[in-house]
Amino acid sequence: MTAANEALTALGLREMGERLARRAASSRELVDASLARIAATDAAVGAFLKVVPERARARAAEADARISRGERRSPLDGVPIAVKDLFLTKGVETTAASRILEGFVPPFDATVVERLEAAGAVVVGKLNMDEFAMGSSNENSAFKPCRNPHDLSRTPGGSSGGSAAAVAARQVPASLGTDTGGSIRLPASFCGVVGVKPTYGRVSRYGVIAFASSLDQVGPIARSVEDAAMLLGAIAGHDPRDMTSSTRPVDDYLASLEQGAKGLRIGVPREWFQGGVDAGVERLVRDALARYEKEGARLVEVSLPHTRYGIGAYYLIATAEASSNLARYDGVRFGLRAADARGLKETYSETRERGFGPEPKRRIMLGTYALSAGYYDAYYLRAQKVRTLIRRDFDQAFAKVDVIAGPVAPTCAFRLGERTADPLQMYLADIFTITCNLAALPGMSVPCGVHAETRLPVGLQLVGRPFDEATLLRTARALEREVGPGPEPAALTSARGGAA
Amino acid sequence: MPVQDFQVVLGLEVHAQLLTRSKIFCGCSTAFGGEPNTHTCPVCLGMPGVLPLLNRQVVEFAVRTGLALGCAIQPKSVWARKNYFYPDLPKGYQISQYEAPICLGGTVTIVVDGQEKRIRLTRIHMEEDAGKNVHDVSADGASGVDLNRAGVPLMELVSEPDLRSVEEAVEYLKELRAILVCLGVNDGNLEEGSFRCDANVSIMRKGATEYGTRCEIKNMNSFRFLKQAVDYEVRRQVEIVEAGGKVMQETRLFDTVRGETRSMRSKEEAHDYRYFPEPDLPPVIVEPSLVERARAALPELPRARAARYQQALGLSPYDAGLLVSDGAVAGFFDAALAAYGKGPEAAKKVANWLTGDLARLANEAGTGPVAWRLTPAHLAGILKLVDAGTIGGPGAKQVVEEVFRTGAAPDAVVQAKGLAQVSDESAIEAAVDRVLAASAAEVERFRGGNTKLMGFFVGQVMKETKGKANPAVVNALLKRKLEG
Amino acid sequence: MALSLEEVRRIAQLARLRLGPEEESRLAVQLSAILEHVAELSTLDVTGVEPMTHALAAGEGAPLREDVVQPSLAPDVALGNAPAREGTWFKVPRIIE
Repeated sequence: MTAANEALTALGLREMGERLARRAASSRELVDASLARIAATDAAVGAFLKVVPERARARAAEADARISRGERRSPLDGVPIAVKDLFLTKGVETTAASRILEGFVPPFDATVVERLEAAGAVVVGKLNMDEFAMGSSNENSAFKPCRNPHDLSRTPGGSSGGSAAAVAARQVPASLGTDTGGSIRLPASFCGVVGVKPTYGRVSRYGVIAFASSLDQVGPIARSVEDAAMLLGAIAGHDPRDMTSSTRPVDDYLASLEQGAKGLRIGVPREWFQGGVDAGVERLVRDALARYEKEGARLVEVSLPHTRYGIGAYYLIATAEASSNLARYDGVRFGLRAADARGLKETYSETRERGFGPEPKRRIMLGTYALSAGYYDAYYLRAQKVRTLIRRDFDQAFAKVDVIAGPVAPTCAFRLGERTADPLQMYLADIFTITCNLAALPGMSVPCGVHAETRLPVGLQLVGRPFDEATLLRTARALEREVGPGPEPAALTSARGGAA
Repeated sequence: MPVQDFQVVLGLEVHAQLLTRSKIFCGCSTAFGGEPNTHTCPVCLGMPGVLPLLNRQVVEFAVRTGLALGCAIQPKSVWARKNYFYPDLPKGYQISQYEAPICLGGTVTIVVDGQEKRIRLTRIHMEEDAGKNVHDVSADGASGVDLNRAGVPLMELVSEPDLRSVEEAVEYLKELRAILVCLGVNDGNLEEGSFRCDANVSIMRKGATEYGTRCEIKNMNSFRFLKQAVDYEVRRQVEIVEAGGKVMQETRLFDTVRGETRSMRSKEEAHDYRYFPEPDLPPVIVEPSLVERARAALPELPRARAARYQQALGLSPYDAGLLVSDGAVAGFFDAALAAYGKGPEAAKKVANWLTGDLARLANEAGTGPVAWRLTPAHLAGILKLVDAGTIGGPGAKQVVEEVFRTGAAPDAVVQAKGLAQVSDESAIEAAVDRVLAASAAEVERFRGGNTKLMGFFVGQVMKETKGKANPAVVNALLKRKLEG
Repeated sequence: MALSLEEVRRIAQLARLRLGPEEESRLAVQLSAILEHVAELSTLDVTGVEPMTHALAAGEGAPLREDVVQPSLAPDVALGNAPAREGTWFKVPRIIE
């Protein structure tokens, strides 16, 4: 990788946009640099399931033509970007990291992809993930694992592992992921980047392969709060094709970004600090809180008493919805079909048996059980009531505070294979992120330092009121001004300085 | 016969396809026919990542129907997923309504053997139709799936088990169908499957208070099949009970060839549909303003219309019933009458033509009033020509047939075919005089008391005038001249 | 809350998953463990609590779609990912009613 390319891939989203506007760099150069970086590092990282160089270069050429005509469409026009392989991309294979969708080429784009491409962003590839967004480590990808660019023996987190790793590895300045129980925030924390899960309904779900319909949300991952805010602004807003998307106007997230933390009331949930969090992680989180106080924010203790029931409620509701959403993968109209099966019934069960990995199967089973006759009331229905209680906890807290802060996860990135034997162990990684999805609130992770012992990045989680992403971003920015962005991907420096 | 000791108890579930232009959750056309999979899109194909988009017209149609049937329209109703695997169900679930349907209650009034009976409805809900499976689509015996129909909106109307005979069931279906057609929400076509009916059949000993176990019978696409199926099923259930057995609750298919019902249940367990509220769709909120608008726009329903025809227009129950059984015919009647005249006499004349000659012509052509070339204005015009004496009865028949065939103006047809009667007395008088002069002997006999010869004289005058003389005028003239 | 093998088989049937015997036993164990964690929910008093089945608050969404026909996909596109087709039919193994 040449030094020039290096310099380009170190740029953030806004910076790239500015270079393009000044004609100090072309889209072709930026895209080529991104592709070169991917080529040099992705054998180690495994962030990409598919790279589309031809397509990307063609779009880059179009962007350059526009720019030279003075017809730049947006600050994102000509900037390379990548999206989780959960988003349908017209004409480009989309698999949800599952064998059951291997070879599936969608005839339409997800709305968010349409919006990005309409803004001129150049999609360079589809990112690795846990199969059907089910997982917290990207180890459930049917194709290959993804590794943490800061320590290749560790997971990048999941399910949007590839989305976070690609940004941390400087393969792209920003990416899109999805978050159902923490799947943007967790990998963002583990990879030392910024990840935002917007309020449910803020961003369109049309064309996003569904895992849990009442929990899934699309969000940006980037290396700075500002970049994340830019990207969010580009994709947010009502979509007439999604009846669960909100008609509220989209705030100008950049306008309030630099307001600082002074006067903010920051809620610190007692239940998030009752042990069970790694000492080094908690230290960093508390340091961040202390910084906020110094800035003039007021820390207020709040209580979210139903936190502990979040995992249970989630693994009934999300799996129930998933068991239904995944019923369409039956080998009839698209995707894998077990051609050697005899008869229709066998075709269904053989196709699904072969096509789904262990985690989707586990969740389909759990969800089917939770909805089945005799169990619906005790499981699914009860979980939905507990969900209301969880939401009420937050509503009550937000009567006293503007934003809630705490850890994203109990630990920093764990090693590959460390938790794969025990699903429940893996699920418990989501303890702090999951209630935010259940309550349909916006949440994000912003780097708050590097773990004293492991030197791995740690993120601070912020949760906000419905549709108050602006306050979240402003609060995150205030910390970023103090502690700076996440660390450089140490594990990849050896890849630097290699062949041009 | 043991069957007499038993009472059949019937409940009916009607699935009515709604006459919207586009499907319930996407913009694909609902038009019938078309090559397989030519009215599909990612949404109704159940592709990954798609989301349903509710068609407003479906809700309006359901509200309209609920109001017409006296249901309680629910201000909030909820969509639910009904989960099962079948090739014609692309998502692996059907979006329907379960615990919270859009309408509750309601009634349909039927008349059997002159007796009125109110059949209660349990509920009405909205749902999407499935696609179609076809056998032997290729030489190797494979089946084919066509998803054109997947996503067509359906209304399911469930009755209470208030029906006590197949006759009552048929009347219920006819009345319900007439209402839905009148409302413009369904085309009432049983044979083509846009109006489908399943029957829940059980028996109980006469005098018993508890209902027996019911079986659901599917696939009866005509009233004849319905009768056959229910009769068979009743005999089957009676046989079981008489032999000391218990009727098993199950779903049975009517075999149209053998005239029997067959169990659909294979060795696996019955479906567990795992209903849960559809997360991709918000609850349906029906504002009072929508209800009021729908109520104000309700057309006159068949029962009320038939009553009006009898009371205000003096039509017989039979005629009234015939006219309202087809909303288009009733509409034609109203328009023709409005253009023709007022009162029972006028109504009777219009009704006679409609239920007589026009019905025959329509049957032969296989068309309904919407397609007729003969318009209400035409019919009114023809009747006026008769009143004016321009044409007689036989002439009018000819005009009606010609106008029906070509749509030409009645006046033009009368001209072209030379059907105009001569009513002018002086013109006819000459002919009458000639006939009387030539039939002196018959005149003698007539004056002698053989009054039957009037017919002879009329016939002769008609021959003399080549059928063009107005018979009434001929009669009057002959009478005058013969009787002095 | 232990799940029996029989239950696992029933659920697998409902979900159209042909599990191997090893998978069945493993899932029985794993699912039982998860259900045990989930069992904590039953200790909560949820009397009078409405279920939160929809995540978007009422009134946030858009009015309903107008009844207007939109173009459908060309059949070749609709069938573009079909594992098997016959003409414009999706082809599946014989369906026995």
